[in-house]
Amino acid sequence: THALVFLEHSNGVVEPASLSALAAASKLGSGDDAKITGIVIGSKDEVEKVLPTVKKLPGLSSVLHSSSALYSPPLPETLTPLFKSVLTDSKFTHFFSAHSSAAKSILPRVAAVMDLPAVSDVTSVEHSSTDDATTFTRPIYAGNAIATVRAGKDIPLKIVTVRATSFAPLSDGASAEGVEVKEFQAVEENAELTKHLETSVSTSDRPDLGTAKKVVSGGRALKNKETFQKTLEPLAEVLGAAVGASRAAVDAGYADNSLQVGQTGKIVAPELYMAIGISGAIQHLAGMKDSKMIVAINKDPDAPIFQVADVGLVGDLYDIVPELTEKLK
Amino acid sequence: MRPSPARLLNILVPVKRSIDYAVKIRVNQAQTGVETNVKHSMNPFDEIAVEEAVRLRERLKDAVKNITVVTIGPTKASEVLRTALAMGADKAIHVEIPETPGPEPLGIAKALKEVVGREKPDLVILGKQAIDDDAGQTGQMLAGLLGWSQATFASKVDVDEVKGVVTVTREVDGGLQKVECKLPTIVTTDLRLNEPRYTSLPNIMKAKKKPLEKLTPQDLNVDLTPRLETVKVTEPPKRQGGSKVESVAELVEKLKEAGVA
Repeated sequence: THALVFLEHSNGVVEPASLSALAAASKLGSGDDAKITGIVIGSKDEVEKVLPTVKKLPGLSSVLHSSSALYSPPLPETLTPLFKSVLTDSKFTHFFSAHSSAAKSILPRVAAVMDLPAVSDVTSVEHSSTDDATTFTRPIYAGNAIATVRAGKDIPLKIVTVRATSFAPLSDGASAEGVEVKEFQAVEENAELTKHLETSVSTSDRPDLGTAKKVVSGGRALKNKETFQKTLEPLAEVLGAAVGASRAAVDAGYADNSLQVGQTGKIVAPELYMAIGISGAIQHLAGMKDSKMIVAINKDPDAPIFQVADVGLVGDLYDIVPELTEKLK
Repeated sequence: MRPSPARLLNILVPVKRSIDYAVKIRVNQAQTGVETNVKHSMNPFDEIAVEEAVRLRERLKDAVKNITVVTIGPTKASEVLRTALAMGADKAIHVEIPETPGPEPLGIAKALKEVVGREKPDLVILGKQAIDDDAGQTGQMLAGLLGWSQATFASKVDVDEVKGVVTVTREVDGGLQKVECKLPTIVTTDLRLNEPRYTSLPNIMKAKKKPLEKLTPQDLNVDLTPRLETVKVTEPPKRQGGSKVESVAELVEKLKEAGVA
């Protein structure tokens, strides 16, 4: 096998999720028969800045880089012709990336122009060299079922996005020596299709819900918008947690739509998830049940949330949350 | 003389019938898929797509010439087309296929490309993903096959039909991105774009009289045979929950033990 791994970066740092994609590619095999090439794309400055780090990443046998003003920020319209050019009639057998918002927008487009299927959001990778088939698992129905999917020999290039939380980044230890670094001529097509206007990274004091290590979520029991904020914000503050909400709380207007955790909202898997005044509807559980530790606070001892919670506390949240906040200070 | 608008927009909205979001998913005995004898409805993100098309007409009035909805699915998928018509779409196309095997996004995108060839839309709005297979690929694949611009995960869509561009605010990791796409374009919807309306009884009655065309994959000359093999579908590992504490002090202790506080 020879995998190409799309290494995303910002400010000279490789995205952690891309390191997980690299780790996933390393599951294809080991030794000389399992090569991995990383590809770095961006403006000239961006690529120069990140290249020294990339060269030292563990597991890489070579690095490709390509720069153009068109590639910053990476847009599907302009990156697709480049990837197509890199991958067509190449030695690559697999193309891996993180399941990031950029890669999710790019890889299916690349797959389509190459007339290939793509596999999204995989949680395991297993390759059989005897029949050139790779088998993946991936969550479907928001993680309520796990599909095992096999891409056989008739799919010469397996295009895959990787769920970062399922693959721990490889530990360092490789040296930059022996890593072949090569520039790939930019393919400057499709510039006229889409113009990037601006990207604003949210500057809230709270961490981003999708990537936060801790999440404090509230449900309908929080009564209204004011109570929701007044009760949950101080707790989120002492924990350094993001704030989330159930669909019921969002529908009732207590919290913004962007905070919704659940099947149709954000799917999160933090180290700590605190469900406060959330009964635990199926569609909410689908969005958080992969969290490492789940804490539930609810006055109804029979609320379904307690069945998935590692630690449950039955009682009035208006007594418990302030006391908890105070004790954690 | 009335000045005529620069461009009359045709909007195409592909929709999918999927298991309702509130249904508890159960893997079937044979481990080939999930129990499907349960309530189905329109994929929630597709509902947002239909709503957005209808709102664009409400905003742009006569500049929106036609809203067509299309589904590729088994006989029962017609139900979601009727829902879309009741929400305000003008006509519907049903590409009818057998219940199994379920087609893959690439096959669907190829079929949609043919529908685009027949209907000549300027704007295709689809859900960012279906909540059954969670692939999230169809819109991007369609854009690739057509060579069009694309804007995924839209939370705001502004059409300037005179300039022939669409400005889309996209939900990206950690923030928002604004892009300007040249028409024709593909937009995929995120949760925050809008809140779909409920269909009223009079509109449901009216929808029954709107045209619904039936097609087959052969009519479109596409092959929907999946190329990936689904080996099996299993239950996710069960979570061992259910443990409770009696006091806040005990809870704090547990949090500290786990190293999260």
